Amino acid sequence: MSGLPAIRAIARREIGQYFGSPVAYVFLVIFLLLAGILTFTFGAFFERGEASLASFFTWIPWLFLFLVPAVGMRMWAEERRAGTWELLLTLPVTAWQAILGKFLASWLFLALALALTFPFWMTVNWLGQPDNGVVVAGYVGCWLLGGTYLAITCMTSSFTRNQVVAFILAVVVCLLLILVGFTPITDLLSRYLAPDWVDSFASFGVMTHFDGFAKGVLAIRSLVYFGSVIALALVITAAVIRNRRS
Amino acid sequence: MIKVENLRKTFGTKVAVNDISFEVHPGEVLGFLGPNGAGKSTTMRIVTGFIAPSAGRASVCGFDVVEQPLEAKRRIGYLPEAAPSYGEMTVEGFLGWAADMRGLSGQARGRAIGDAVDACSLQGVLQQQIDTLSKGFRHRTCLAQAILHDPEVLILDEPTDGLDPNQKHEVRQLIRRMSEKKTIIFSTHILEEVEEACTRAIIIDGGNIVANGTPAELKSRAVNAGAVLARFAASEGDAARARIASLAGVARVEVANADASGIVLRAFPSGDARGDVLAARVVAELAASGHAPLAISSEAGRLDDVFRAITHSDIHHSRGARA
Repeated sequence: MSGLPAIRAIARREIGQYFGSPVAYVFLVIFLLLAGILTFTFGAFFERGEASLASFFTWIPWLFLFLVPAVGMRMWAEERRAGTWELLLTLPVTAWQAILGKFLASWLFLALALALTFPFWMTVNWLGQPDNGVVVAGYVGCWLLGGTYLAITCMTSSFTRNQVVAFILAVVVCLLLILVGFTPITDLLSRYLAPDWVDSFASFGVMTHFDGFAKGVLAIRSLVYFGSVIALALVITAAVIRNRRS
Repeated sequence: MIKVENLRKTFGTKVAVNDISFEVHPGEVLGFLGPNGAGKSTTMRIVTGFIAPSAGRASVCGFDVVEQPLEAKRRIGYLPEAAPSYGEMTVEGFLGWAADMRGLSGQARGRAIGDAVDACSLQGVLQQQIDTLSKGFRHRTCLAQAILHDPEVLILDEPTDGLDPNQKHEVRQLIRRMSEKKTIIFSTHILEEVEEACTRAIIIDGGNIVANGTPAELKSRAVNAGAVLARFAASEGDAARARIASLAGVARVEVANADASGIVLRAFPSGDARGDVLAARVVAELAASGHAPLAISSEAGRLDDVFRAITHSDIHHSRGARA
């Protein structure tokens, strides 16, 4: 028995909801604007004198930190507030199908946002000869990182009927995951801890794994890392949804 | 059919549903009555699989709602309390989505949506965003979603809430039309609705069933059931009262209403002679003694009175709060 039609119907409705309101357009405009400013001015795109999108990828974990929770915060919080989850969860779907439908819809939306940065890629190809393998790996990393933040937002969104609370919780959790592997923090830790310890500590953070992708390395362990965090966040979401109270 | 056995649901220390058992069969319309907070919505939410019971079982068409939730949910159409729907969608988009979720496609999908739209009179608002609709339309949009897949079982939590009298009547007619083939439960605060649309009613109070029977059976439990009302000219009141009180089969007589134009006496039966039989006896006696009543009628009892007599949740709550 397949739940695919239900997952597809839920995902289509979510995407329709993004584009049926100004949210999607506002998000896309802000994302592209900020990404452009950060990449080309603060990221010292031209001064680097190298044909790469490194200055773009550097900013993504920070840009996504605020924008991805904004995309995902209403996923469950709004259903709870409006009472529509009573409708959704009494239809013949499992909690997993509902979660996957919503998550995949938002993740596809992030893919669209990333795809719309194609002028950056064209610019760098016009100016020089970048290693497009590295660029592709970087984009894959961005998408996985976005998926990770999104899964965490999906989880925090299931905790509350208030979107603002869901947003703040998601930012805090994602920020922790950044800081764990953030160079200034790991430098500080290495003064007190053995390097092995610092490395294994940092490998719990998103930065270690994301940096690999940005440098063009598609490491299996990083794929496993992003996959596990996404899976864990969605498993917690499912537990919360299943133990719902009216 | 719906079968509920020893259902119990607690939220923390609060007991929402204590111990409820009942069955509803195809062709039956079960009215769910009870004060606010009595456990009506909680029971419906368990039967529809929205929340899990703390103890006991519920099954729909033979499928346990906890063990085989998808099989059960496929057979249920559910209108939740407050009739939620996705406000940013159009009526047509929302019903289309519900049809997709029910796995309908092609011609069957179009026909299902068309029938539900007709049954709920939504033709005029198909392209409108649900948020912009009046409460009555929003309610009927959610109702259309519930009947869309022609379910065997319909569970409607206050289906007429927020509708105007004409719309209420339409919804009751709809429920009666559908009741021939389906098993229906609906909850309501409106007691006349039970008489008009239900084949059986259950009164819930404090998480327990306190009454279960046909509307006529329930009404017969009213204090006034079987009593006789007789109207006299004001000047004849006292004499008539004495005559009626002396009749065999009359327990006592009270003044039901008195004003300048006349007096209405109510005679309560003491034996088997109730209602019309008692009325005939009263008429015969009074005619013989020259105190003919201006009008006479018998009372079937009112659900209102039964409801008030056997539900006390609110009082318990306030006592509990003080204790």
